[in-house]
Amino acid sequence: MELLVASAVGILTAAGIYLILRKRTFPVILGTAFISYAVNVFLFASGRLAINQPPVLQKDVTLYSDPLPQALVLTAIVIAFGMTAVVVMIGVGAYLSSQDDHIDDLDEVQPGAQKEEGAGS
Amino acid sequence: MSHWVIAPVLLPGMMAAIIILIARYHPVLQRTFSLATVSLCLAIALGLLVAVADGSIFLYQLGNWAAPFGIVLVADRLSVLFVVLTLFLSIPVLLYAIGSGWDMRGRHFHALFQFQIMGILGAFLTGDAFNLFVFFEILLLASYGLMIHSGGARRLRVGVQYVVFNLLGSTLFLFALGTIYAELGTLNIADIAARVADAPLENSGGVRVAAVLLLLVFGIKAAILPLHFWLPATYSTAPAPVAALFAIMTKVGAYSIIRFYTIAFPPDLEITQGLFDTWLLPGALITLAVGMIGVLGAKRLDRMVAFAVIGSMGMLMTSVSVFTPEGIAAALFYAMHSTLATAALFLLVDVVKTRRAGGDLTWAPAPPMIGGALVAGMFFAAAIAMAGLPPLSGFVGKVLILDAALADPRVAWVWAVILSSSLIAVIGFSRAGSVIFWKAHASLPETKTGDIQSGEQPAPQGALPLVAIGTLLSAIVLVTVFAGPINRYLNATAAQLFAPEPYISIVLDTPGKVIEYKGKDDAGEKGESADASSDHTEEDHGS
Repeated sequence: MELLVASAVGILTAAGIYLILRKRTFPVILGTAFISYAVNVFLFASGRLAINQPPVLQKDVTLYSDPLPQALVLTAIVIAFGMTAVVVMIGVGAYLSSQDDHIDDLDEVQPGAQKEEGAGS
Repeated sequence: MSHWVIAPVLLPGMMAAIIILIARYHPVLQRTFSLATVSLCLAIALGLLVAVADGSIFLYQLGNWAAPFGIVLVADRLSVLFVVLTLFLSIPVLLYAIGSGWDMRGRHFHALFQFQIMGILGAFLTGDAFNLFVFFEILLLASYGLMIHSGGARRLRVGVQYVVFNLLGSTLFLFALGTIYAELGTLNIADIAARVADAPLENSGGVRVAAVLLLLVFGIKAAILPLHFWLPATYSTAPAPVAALFAIMTKVGAYSIIRFYTIAFPPDLEITQGLFDTWLLPGALITLAVGMIGVLGAKRLDRMVAFAVIGSMGMLMTSVSVFTPEGIAAALFYAMHSTLATAALFLLVDVVKTRRAGGDLTWAPAPPMIGGALVAGMFFAAAIAMAGLPPLSGFVGKVLILDAALADPRVAWVWAVILSSSLIAVIGFSRAGSVIFWKAHASLPETKTGDIQSGEQPAPQGALPLVAIGTLLSAIVLVTVFAGPINRYLNATAAQLFAPEPYISIVLDTPGKVIEYKGKDDAGEKGESADASSDHTEEDHGS
């Protein structure tokens, strides 16, 4: 199970990083979603992997799984979900207003205004 | 007393909801509520400042749960200092937004502004690493909305870059927190400190990875090279009051670095040796150099100021990475100064934009602007402060940093980079000032059209925007005049940071509510109360 979880985190992260390095907005957003899935699984694993152990107190149970990572994952999922929705909306707005969904070059919006845009320095 | 600690976080959050629900279509009510909340928070924060000035630390246990299980807010000298700075900055920024009409060029400016304030103050006050993440997300989410306020194709496209960059930063933050929890079994900052101190040196790879990941995350926020790429485009494209408020956002990163690496991973900790002298100091020096070269190389006024922000963050982090009490105190002074100076500069850029013909911010010649002398004088003062020339506070801050760097073995590097980059900044700022203000008379009074972004036609402005900028500038003068008392407070702050035992003991030893498990029979024996309590932190974390 450790191998399965670890490779899931690794493959999701790798796929996410690959997609983030693409040039158009949509794959980049998908990439951030992949990475946030990866981090959710990773957070789960941070409370040790255990099977058939309840997180809340029950009668006749002596072994419990750690409830805190589950709470953390819940928070992380909610936040990542909201953030993805926000970035999709801003991305759609940017695409509709400039008819271009390249994430890197900004020159065509205001020709000649800021040639050195993008790289930053 | 301790309930006052959470008031600066709760008030803006509640007021944001009220502004959306009740005052949605009432600009006057929105403005009144917004200003009143910020002023009230400032009053509370000043009260807290007086209360923590004697070195006492106030703890607020949310829901009265004891520390490692419940979330705590902690008000010590450092956090209250930044809270006061944020609120003090936000009042002139709000005044400017109201006076220039920026707040009504899109919707929900004031609600987002309040959420932003809430997130920033929460990040400063919290004593729990995961809670810090949550407040980071609150301030980021509000900043996404503020960043694209009043829209426009260019702003939206830069907004996408900004959001994606910060989404990645947040994910990295989660990876770091997961690693910390897996290695140490806690996310409370004081508890991390206690457990890291006991952690064995062998098999400490996980802790080390977590410390580096956290430094990267905060480095993204603080715009340290090579993690600064989001900053220039964002700050120069964001609406002026928002860019001015963002002046405190980079300081959130700096604050988190100071907080985590004095208490949780202190500089004398064996496990995280080499993090600062090997990585942070060179990074900070390169940031400083690149930022100031960017000031000289920028082709527009707004981008020039954005690069000045990067340069000032480099200066700040240089002082932090020396990691002595003097270095931290100097960094805090510089943080206060540079927050005010960059905010004033961003607001001035907007004034220039509205008054200059065609809203042009490039170095192209343009006819003189209306009331140019006053604006030029203000720009002159702000530029002097930003470039660190005497007599304003930037000079004091720089001298403090140079003095603190004397203790570092690489003092030659630090001095060389700081002094030469200052020279470059002076040249950059004087070039900008002469082109925009002095050469104005040389050109023909032809009006350039185009180049004005949608919804940004020069609006008739009253005196309020200039009053707001004047407030910021006089604050810079006050910081300079009272540099002595402020520096004493900052030295005390640094001393408190380098003696973290009271912080840790107050957080961990204050008794709180603990549930005793009252099962129908006595089935499970050990760890019941602990399990029950952490079960409840689940709700705290989730909410």
